Amino acid sequence: MTTAQPQIGAPQLWAGAEGGGASGSRARTARRARAVTANAFGLIIALVTLFPIFWMVSTAFKPSAEIFSLTPSLLPTHPTLGNFSKVISGQASGIGSVWLFFRNSLAVTLATVVIASLFSLLASVAVARFRFRFRSSFLIMLLIVQMIPAQALIVALFVDFNRLGLLANLGGLVIVYSAQALPVSIWMLRNFVATVPRDLEEAAAIDGASAATIFRKILFPLVMPGLVATSIFSFITAYNEFIVALTFLGQAHSSFTLPIYVTYFFGRGGAQWGPIMAASTLYTVPVLIFFMLVRRRLVGGLVAGAVKG
Amino acid sequence: MADTVQRRPAVRRSRPPAGPGPARAPAPARVRAGAFIRRHKLAPYLLLIPALGGIALVLLWPLLQVVLFSFQNYGLPQLTGALPTQWVGLANFTHTLTDTEFWLSLRTTVLFAAVVVPLTLITGTAVGLLLNRLGRKMSAFVAGAALLAWATPPTAGAVLFYWLFNPDGGLVDWALSRMPAWLVGSTNWAQYNWTTTGALQAYTVATLLVVWTSFPFIAVSVLAGLKTVPAELYEAARVDGATRSRVFRQITYPLLKPIFLVLLLLSVIWDFNIFTQTYILTGFPGNQNEYNLSLYIYDKAFGFPPSYGLGGALALIFTIIVLVITVSYVRASVRQGALT
Repeated sequence: MTTAQPQIGAPQLWAGAEGGGASGSRARTARRARAVTANAFGLIIALVTLFPIFWMVSTAFKPSAEIFSLTPSLLPTHPTLGNFSKVISGQASGIGSVWLFFRNSLAVTLATVVIASLFSLLASVAVARFRFRFRSSFLIMLLIVQMIPAQALIVALFVDFNRLGLLANLGGLVIVYSAQALPVSIWMLRNFVATVPRDLEEAAAIDGASAATIFRKILFPLVMPGLVATSIFSFITAYNEFIVALTFLGQAHSSFTLPIYVTYFFGRGGAQWGPIMAASTLYTVPVLIFFMLVRRRLVGGLVAGAVKG
Repeated sequence: MADTVQRRPAVRRSRPPAGPGPARAPAPARVRAGAFIRRHKLAPYLLLIPALGGIALVLLWPLLQVVLFSFQNYGLPQLTGALPTQWVGLANFTHTLTDTEFWLSLRTTVLFAAVVVPLTLITGTAVGLLLNRLGRKMSAFVAGAALLAWATPPTAGAVLFYWLFNPDGGLVDWALSRMPAWLVGSTNWAQYNWTTTGALQAYTVATLLVVWTSFPFIAVSVLAGLKTVPAELYEAARVDGATRSRVFRQITYPLLKPIFLVLLLLSVIWDFNIFTQTYILTGFPGNQNEYNLSLYIYDKAFGFPPSYGLGGALALIFTIIVLVITVSYVRASVRQGALT
């Protein structure tokens, strides 16, 4: 939406008509100069912001000699896929192909998204549709609980999940991530559920639809945009999570998720920057593409979630 | 007229269930359970069970356990069951509060937040204001670039910045060594080690990294807030010949104040909690002088020898600090009407 342009344009048009031709054209020149400055600033900010990501991808395609060259070049002069093939064969990290860790990350993330979405939808219906005792207490509890840092709970979680035998196990991660995603998901979703008109549900109930049918046929489709927003949130939570995976997985290499794999790889030293950047690229670029695709929903949903709570 | 005619049967239909209605005579178990739930208004509680169960298991119970651990000598022998757990009173707390490393790490954490929070907010707000002024395409381009920085996973971002600031082949050292001495000082930048020299150097990199990843969120939130400011206000100010800075101070800022408050508190909490990036940038377990509170806790809990009791005491102190900040966050949210 071009909200800025027409709004600024109108009063200036009016000022120009009153002030006469000369000052009008001067105002127009000044306005154009300002627009050029703003665009230049915008361009610089965008390029500076993009540069680190560009450098990661560029390094990933450089042969070793170019990476450690005394005169680094922006683009690889002799682009190579060697770093990627070392990462895919598992030769560079010594603990397996990057696909293994990609699969682990994807499995954990998808399971988390499904569980967190389902549980938070049920809870948000309770919060948005019913008035019950402890409703406000529950909401405030969610706000507070989402703020408890993972590094404060990790000690107890480690001891508990060790006792449950779920440490070097992707299922253990799914349990923790789903629960971590719940407070914010419920908080975000309840706003969406609240906007579904109650009349629709009542009409369906009068027509003899069961609670389950109302849920499936009316509430679910209408809350879908909200579910997309919360799914994105739980997706980030699970895909990026570091401290729990680091603590739980320990030396269980075959269960590593991508962030732990990248860190392990990096911690081994030996300055394998080509393969490390190739692995980071494979870890990062899919999310970047994903975020560009869901961009429109993302901004509204996350801001609604963040600003509202 | 047609309305009333149509409404009548509906009213009548809702009335009959006074006695055992003819249609529901054989009442199957499912219907009976439904009636029970409705009579006792159990539906919301049933809907809450899965979420509440998860939160209780993974967030609330461990919090309680952390409190218990902090008064115990819980370590590796207690974890394996080789030795019984003993209550040690306040020993973990006195040990913590008399450790200079603890105070050093707390100082690092506070200073880091004190620098990064304003830097992020100012950068984010400036970009947000700029986005609001740019044309549609340019605005989308800048916002897209910012989105990519924001979406980069923290682990990848930290490894990437480690590489950019690496003494061997890192781009920043190369660039600094090319600059004239009057600009960058006489340090030998060519092999400058940012991550292991000391806390100041390591956290300079961390600051750049965190500002890079978190200004987009601020910018987009500010932009969303700006869109809600009625255009007439700006028009009126323009007609009155108000300067840009005056417009910001007297129109934009007061209207966006609630958003700023929430963003400020969120940033404080996020930057206070930072773990992943500093874990990677300082090469944990590297130089102890480079620990912030999170790294210090992690080292005490899982280092050698692991002490979950000490970790618990520290986690409790940490949680209390964060919760104090959170309470102001909750109050700010409630004042905004988030609970309705």
